[in-house]
Amino acid sequence: MALKLTQSQLDQIRRHGAQDYPNECCGMLLGRADGDDKEVHEIVPLKNLRRDAELAQKLLPLDAPGVESERNRFLIDPRDQIRVEKDARAKGLDALGYYHSHPDHPARPSDYDREHAWPWYSYVILSVQRGEPKEMTCWVLTDDRERFDREQVDVLNL
Amino acid sequence: MPVRVIIPTPLRQYAGKKEFVEVEAKNVAEALANLTAQYGDLRRHLYTDDGKLRSFVNIYLGEEDIRYLQKEQTPLRDQDVLSIVPSIAGGTALRCICS
Repeated sequence: MALKLTQSQLDQIRRHGAQDYPNECCGMLLGRADGDDKEVHEIVPLKNLRRDAELAQKLLPLDAPGVESERNRFLIDPRDQIRVEKDARAKGLDALGYYHSHPDHPARPSDYDREHAWPWYSYVILSVQRGEPKEMTCWVLTDDRERFDREQVDVLNL
Repeated sequence: MPVRVIIPTPLRQYAGKKEFVEVEAKNVAEALANLTAQYGDLRRHLYTDDGKLRSFVNIYLGEEDIRYLQKEQTPLRDQDVLSIVPSIAGGTALRCICS
């Protein structure tokens, strides 16, 4: 089970994480799956809808809006997903997963990540410490939703 | 004539690898119930343990989010198309890690 990306795509995710710090960044990974392996063809940075607190609260309410915010939560607008996936299908690509950043937190999925994750997707998490992108990891939710399995990231030499 | 339910990529493995499933239903709740009756493994990803639709599951009737219609009681007609659109969300643990 491996997610394949180029160094340029990894750098694109890192730049996005640094740019949006101290808030969480997020985006989509588009490409093609072959069995358990996924090859990323395109990174699509997306808006963190938590920036629009009122709309985000209607779509996916936060338990503690004062404590939870775009600083530590991300939400992708379903309309963005639908649009990007439609464009992707026209190019023969699928949504393989998503990336997001953890400002000043480790690149490890939280319980909140797990509770809101979907199976099969690759979840790339980037730790951004004091504005600097650091460790990047990748995870896939298990079928029973109890945990994530670490997914190997292969950097393609192109 | 049945209603078509579009299955998102992450859930196709639980629905016989199908991109869509056709079900007979008068409203959204019935359509999802019939879908999960056919494909039981979908249930834990769509519903909480107490039987409620998970908050991060978006259901669209055509291009309308059912939240802005009549939610799960939204009536359906023959050949309507429902899409399950997974909400993508996450975030850090709230406990502060001092660095």
